[in-house]
Amino acid sequence: MTDHSYQAVLKRKNQIMKASLGIDFDSYETSPIAFDYEKLMLDTGYSIEEIAAIQARSKVGNTPLYELTRLTELVRQTTAPGKGARILLKDEAANASGSFKARRASISIHEAKRLGFKGVIAATSGNYGAAVASQAAMHGLKCIVIQEVFDSKGVCQPEIIEKSRACEAYGAEVQRLSVGPELFYVLLKTLEETGFFNASLYTPFGIRGVETLGYEIAQQVRARYGKAPEAVVVTHAGGGNLTGTARGLLAAGCKDTKVVACSVDLKGLHMASDIDFNKKSFTTGHTGFGVPFATWPDRVDVPRNAARSLRYMDEYQLVSQGEVFYVTELLAKLEGLERGPAGNTSLTAAITLARQMDQDEIVVVQETEYTGAGKHHNSQLSFAKQNGIEILVGDPSQNIPGKNIILPRSLDDVRGRPQDMDRLRLSYLKNADKVHSSNNWNAGDIEFLASDLKTSSSWVRDAIRNGFKGT
Amino acid sequence: MAVVNKGTWVEIESVVLTPEERAPGIPPETAKCPLVMKVSGFLANDASLGDEVRVYTMIGRQVKGRLATINPGYDHSFGSTVSELLQIGRTPDVPAQQGGQND
Repeated sequence: MTDHSYQAVLKRKNQIMKASLGIDFDSYETSPIAFDYEKLMLDTGYSIEEIAAIQARSKVGNTPLYELTRLTELVRQTTAPGKGARILLKDEAANASGSFKARRASISIHEAKRLGFKGVIAATSGNYGAAVASQAAMHGLKCIVIQEVFDSKGVCQPEIIEKSRACEAYGAEVQRLSVGPELFYVLLKTLEETGFFNASLYTPFGIRGVETLGYEIAQQVRARYGKAPEAVVVTHAGGGNLTGTARGLLAAGCKDTKVVACSVDLKGLHMASDIDFNKKSFTTGHTGFGVPFATWPDRVDVPRNAARSLRYMDEYQLVSQGEVFYVTELLAKLEGLERGPAGNTSLTAAITLARQMDQDEIVVVQETEYTGAGKHHNSQLSFAKQNGIEILVGDPSQNIPGKNIILPRSLDDVRGRPQDMDRLRLSYLKNADKVHSSNNWNAGDIEFLASDLKTSSSWVRDAIRNGFKGT
Repeated sequence: MAVVNKGTWVEIESVVLTPEERAPGIPPETAKCPLVMKVSGFLANDASLGDEVRVYTMIGRQVKGRLATINPGYDHSFGSTVSELLQIGRTPDVPAQQGGQND
């Protein structure tokens, strides 16, 4: 009889993963920290054109790119003369299932079907669940989505209830769990019970599926404006959105396009806390995922994470919950586009960037998500009020996550807060040092770390010499 | 208690991990609660609320748990109006007497 205890199932992690993915991650590893990332990605066996073709057959991709002329005009009114870049928006809500996550799911589901799996499983409380369920539905595969939905009092986060509903609407079995990181244990147990494919967010298939997003942006901007965009802003949580988009931009030859990450700052709220769970008004795209996943990507449900954000990130901006809700309302009122708040995180940072950039420059917001009951800034704010969170109008930089949400008085109050990239890189190195002591890092390890941090080997060597302390 | 007929769409609840069985290192407020799972499916046999039952989920898988809800649905909404949002992005030429910002 198989032992289903927490410890026993986690011990079988590697064999469950191998059986449920068809990828032998061990074959890419060169040390406890380093592995051949590009080979892992290349071995997916698809060209970007083939990925685009699979997606076109799966109701994914070729989404519209809009110029937000009224929002751009408003930004120009609040900045120095000659400043205020054009803001473009890639309307990813137009994908089947209503978000860019369909790009990620489409290649995984294609692969699951090719390998002969009867069903797929994803452990996610985000838009990805609906994306996997939608893709599984259209390709005739069974689907299970495992979500973290309610606290110990049974109170559900409105945004996640909507995602449960969407998954069930696409015919999936939804396993709704109370708060806790053991979602991963339930995933492993269910993979073992069913023999289904692990449609993890972090496989090379998932990330390669996002490459078409960056590629389309490059093509659309070039066709309309005759040049590559100066900056692309990406809402950042687990890192797949940023990694895939940046790889797609590079594949299209946009070497000078700045890739800017943006997350909602939820400092002080613990992600595994039963009490904090319903004090958050964002369930993804926040620092609770963004920072830990950037500074140690291999903390996920696959042995090696194909989403490696610091490999591609040029800047990292934080915004507050109130700023994103304000910008979500502005998008509806000024541009006639009602979209979900989580997807507008990067739009919020784009306003700050546009203000600093010249008028002839272009900043692209690379996603939107669908909106509806639960997944709406009014439902989130209304729910926050019910949970004792104060809603104020004022300076959003003074907000305290879990205590209040401060809506800006005007667009002038929307100001991103850039993070120190070297501090993030040092934090990554400290994590690597815990996994495999830096005393034992060889030249290959240092080269891998430098690539993974978009820096030089000499910078990594200096960081080791300084004991991973900032200069 | 009234019998719930076989084949009814229901929600079941089960304890996946008791507090003692949970992962190490989680915050104390989480660690003291069991990890609970809710799943919806078609009831496999006639039963009463609170019984230990089996259901067939939408994909036909059998799952066991305590019968908790009959015909589970969704009642999430857009919430009550949050008045603080209403002033954002209004057309600038709305006069104050019509609810403009300086009214």
